Amino acid sequence: MQDLGINLFFQGRNFVRILEGLWVTVSISLIAVIISIFLGIILGMVMNLKNPVTKAVTRIYLEFIRIMPQLVLLFLVYFGVTRTFHINLSGEVSAIIVFTMWGTAEMGDLVRGALSSIPKHQYESGKAIGLTGFQIYLYIIIPQTVRRLIPLAINLVTRMIKTTSLIVLIGVVEVVKVGQQIIEASRLTTPTASLWIYGFIFFLYFIVCYPISRLSAKLEKRWVSMGG
Amino acid sequence: MKKTKKLLVLLLSLALLATAFTACKSNNGTTDGQGTAPTAEGTKTPAGTARTLNEIKESGKVIIGVFSDKKPFGYVDENGTYQGYDVYFGNRIAKDLGVEVEYVAVDPASRVEYLETAKVDIILANFTVTKERAEKVDFALPYMKVALGVVSPDSALITAPEQLNGKTLIIAKGTTAETYFTENYPDVKLLKFDQYADAYGALLDGRGDAFSTDNTEVLAWAIENKGFTVGIESLGSLDSIAPAVQKGNTELLTWLNDEIKALGEEKFFHANYAETLAPVYGDAASPDNLVVEGGVIE
Repeated sequence: MQDLGINLFFQGRNFVRILEGLWVTVSISLIAVIISIFLGIILGMVMNLKNPVTKAVTRIYLEFIRIMPQLVLLFLVYFGVTRTFHINLSGEVSAIIVFTMWGTAEMGDLVRGALSSIPKHQYESGKAIGLTGFQIYLYIIIPQTVRRLIPLAINLVTRMIKTTSLIVLIGVVEVVKVGQQIIEASRLTTPTASLWIYGFIFFLYFIVCYPISRLSAKLEKRWVSMGG
Repeated sequence: MKKTKKLLVLLLSLALLATAFTACKSNNGTTDGQGTAPTAEGTKTPAGTARTLNEIKESGKVIIGVFSDKKPFGYVDENGTYQGYDVYFGNRIAKDLGVEVEYVAVDPASRVEYLETAKVDIILANFTVTKERAEKVDFALPYMKVALGVVSPDSALITAPEQLNGKTLIIAKGTTAETYFTENYPDVKLLKFDQYADAYGALLDGRGDAFSTDNTEVLAWAIENKGFTVGIESLGSLDSIAPAVQKGNTELLTWLNDEIKALGEEKFFHANYAETLAPVYGDAASPDNLVVEGGVIE
């Protein structure tokens, strides 16, 4: 029974370390998600403007972020900024910047899509019953947009949480890296370590992401029954 | 129709522009790194330039990049503290500088970057000295050496490379073992694998008579797998492993070299071996095959 993998969790501070790693993952992704949702909504509205200049600029931004793998962006911000501008960013700050840039671009595009999917007659009907432009947005457009947006946005949030496992490459020790450290440190004594540790990390990601997707399902259902 | 076509062309050209822009940017990044390093030193810019010895001492902390998942060289134990052969040396460096030590977990591919951007003062991450790397960073004197090792089953132990003539040797593609045996022992049949795991599997299945790669790697493996022994512990040209600092940080480099020479007199690295590597390698390896004292490789 000596080398049973589950014992690993009770050796030293292993269990606490995994949870600390999870906290790093969750806090970085949460900060990035909150800022991206906020900035993404603004970006989506700007993208929807008829102005060709803003259209081109936002399009370039979106394509730039989409084409670049997140890993390259991380390296660009973490190492590139220090090289070119001589500003030393910590790994955590670089990660938040990159994930915010990425989240904002994706969220912006989702908002743009949701906004432009609202049929023109919705605006016109609003006008016909004498609502002002602001009221049309507040009572007609925004509620419908949010409803269309929720499932897509949730998908983006869970994707962002999962992609944070890349930040280990810029020296931020998060949950997956802690797991690898434990596996490697006990390679000789506990050969089954990887199964247990990765299994547990899978479970942790699940408990973080599952409530989020449950919440979105609930919201969707409620709004459908309210008659959308 | 015409309109959509125009829009498509516009979008495509924008996308192209975006890629070109990114390509330029990353290009600039690399050339800048090499080009501006000396000028940055002259103007004493705060970030991106390596800290001098005095700056490290004044800050009260030396930042060392180590591996956090390469037991027994650099790893984190169950209490969350860094351990291993490299870390043992790192602790000593901090002690002799009279400062605290902060370890940063680095990955093999980004070790050079960490030094070039001065995110760490020293890299102590099992860093093998190569010509390509020496163009980008400054290596101090070596504190360890690796050569090739050959592991084979106890029942048909290979103790000299000549015994392999006409037999099948398993190797991993792209390793020094591949080049060494192709050049020096053309009569040995080579069975090549992409992954270490596959190569070890093949040896366990008996698809080859022996397996060769870095001796540190095969020695650790032979201990885990009963019935296999490293018959040849040191073969081929020796690669040395040394601390590295940012290119041009001569002050710190000189200090490190003096430190390594001084530590050689007290046989520090043998003590380090006994403390960190002996529990892993046991009797399977002799410390003199791995450890370098005073920066001199015999």
